[in-house]
Amino acid sequence: MKLHEYQSKTIFSKYGIPIPKGRVAATAQEAKQIAEELGGRVVIKAQVLVGGRGKAGGVKLAKDSAEAEQLATQILGMDIKGLPVRKVLVDEASAIDQEIYFAITNDRAAKKPVMIASAAGGVDIEEVAATSPEKIVKVHIDPLLGLREYQARDVAVAIDLPRAYWKDFVKIAMSLWQVYSGTDAILAEINPLVITKEKKLIALDGKMMIDDNALFRQLDLVEMRDTDEDAPSEIEARKYGLSFIKLDGNIGCMVNGAGLAMTSMDVIKLFGGEPANFLDVGGGAGAEKVAAGMRIILTDNNVKAVLFNIFGGITRCDEVARGILAAMNEVKPKVPMVVRLVGTNADEGRRLLENANMITAETLADAAKKSVAAAKKGK
Amino acid sequence: MSILVDKNTRLIVQGITGNEGLFHTTQMVAYGTNVIGGVTPGKGGEWVLEKLPVFDSVKTAKDATDANATIIFVPARFAADAMFEAADAGIPLIICITEGVAVQDMMRVRNYLDQKKVRLIGPNCPGLLTPGEAKVGIIPGDIAIPGNVGVVSRSGTLTYEVLYAMKNLGMGASTCVGIGGDPVNGTNFTDVLEMFEHDPKTEKVILIGEIGGNEEEKAAEYISSKMTKPVAAFIAGQTAPPGKRMGHAGAIIEGGAGTAVDKIKALEAAGVKVAKHPEEIPALLM
Repeated sequence: MKLHEYQSKTIFSKYGIPIPKGRVAATAQEAKQIAEELGGRVVIKAQVLVGGRGKAGGVKLAKDSAEAEQLATQILGMDIKGLPVRKVLVDEASAIDQEIYFAITNDRAAKKPVMIASAAGGVDIEEVAATSPEKIVKVHIDPLLGLREYQARDVAVAIDLPRAYWKDFVKIAMSLWQVYSGTDAILAEINPLVITKEKKLIALDGKMMIDDNALFRQLDLVEMRDTDEDAPSEIEARKYGLSFIKLDGNIGCMVNGAGLAMTSMDVIKLFGGEPANFLDVGGGAGAEKVAAGMRIILTDNNVKAVLFNIFGGITRCDEVARGILAAMNEVKPKVPMVVRLVGTNADEGRRLLENANMITAETLADAAKKSVAAAKKGK
Repeated sequence: MSILVDKNTRLIVQGITGNEGLFHTTQMVAYGTNVIGGVTPGKGGEWVLEKLPVFDSVKTAKDATDANATIIFVPARFAADAMFEAADAGIPLIICITEGVAVQDMMRVRNYLDQKKVRLIGPNCPGLLTPGEAKVGIIPGDIAIPGNVGVVSRSGTLTYEVLYAMKNLGMGASTCVGIGGDPVNGTNFTDVLEMFEHDPKTEKVILIGEIGGNEEEKAAEYISSKMTKPVAAFIAGQTAPPGKRMGHAGAIIEGGAGTAVDKIKALEAAGVKVAKHPEEIPALLM
């Protein structure tokens, strides 16, 4: 789950990381009022969950509240990479001396958290990594020990931070570690962390991603979820605990297991079709989940055929078959359905579906070919 | 011979009285796996399937049964604790089936287990199957026959697909290892390849990877530098859009890295035959 800049910075501030004064606004009038309260120059920043806002014109400097209102009007009407701007952050403008990149994230290869810093901050860090990797400092953190202060000092030295700032930097690093571990973050990023003309360190921008698997213990963060970047079908699927991703093709897929679901998409493509979605009904999928999945797939009008590929293990094929029957009764699908059941309780599942008027298949390749053919016919 | 589990495995089940735990314990016992008991805190003293004792803790189970492996079926929020408990009780091999363990928990578990020299398979995996000897997990027993092909995979059902295709061609498996779909797990491709390389029973290997991370690339390095046995592979997720988590927490193309194309290239450069669809894999080894 991604958090907006304003949400991330609110969390930073709660953990003691200095951020600019400012607030989020949903209307230009609100933006104007916030600018008046702040006085002086302000920055108006589009709050969307994609990178490259600045380049897209979503970040603008206003000299007073009147200009803040005008720019907020403009930015609030924008679409950035397909996402509507519904909120802007109005921050006091800072006079910047230097921009630093600083983040804590997961290093999956090392199986440890890693602190990443660079004196070349304020730009896309992946770009820095590609063009001048020597400017990036990485220090791994023992997840059992947590971040130690000396490690943060080592980073300060490595990015040539002047000595006068070490103490503040270490404090910010320790706080960012608390943010990262306290919120089950996958990424807690400050870019840029700036040194202001007033010789202060401030987190000017913030970005956070939270581990979906940890949301059960981060309930206050769940409230912050912005679903703008998700298709309505993806939001609906989440309610039922289904892993669903909408794609552009015309063959709906319902598969158990993520690897097999991806593979079913790949094999459809291999035989000349285009998958309409990724859908993993999950291990131990019961009838209710299957029915929900079918409803979600069939709300997509592009779908001309549906492929069910179920290889029973923890999932029992008879349960899935019952779900398919229940869903067919409810939604009365008009598109052809190709079904393949193998594994745990497959015989029972096949018996249940005998009179359901579905196209049956033995192998995955066979199932893919039959659904590609069915989708072509349905056009 | 085989790797990790065989008929000498003495297995306990953590979460043995839960729905999934009980269902799969029944299946494992029916397969002939040497299941010797289980753990559910608060249910110590009860019996499962009339002959399997239930204990309140892994420590008491280990003391009473001398178990040398444990399989975990507890819900995600309790899984990390179950792994720590098993390691502290001195069980040398932990198989965690549970999906959805928080990644920071997994980093702590993995680093702790490494210090204790405990082998973890999973989490978010289908477990292990040494056909004809031991089924320690949820892989349907009847889809694989004994043989000389080692199978290692990040996926569950996709692995079944391959085992089933092998069986249809009369090809058997030495051991099948599901290492799981999480970004931080206990055992990686390279660990398993090394075990297969040293296992006299294994003559060929099938590797089933997917998008995300760089474990397939590391495996390719190991294969080209150290491995003498032939390897065939399949990589899932060629049609996966970047930046989206494809069901598995670890299956995501991040910053343009971890694509199927890159992995296939790395494996082919290491001399691995890569299949276009999973049912085609066994033929590549014939």
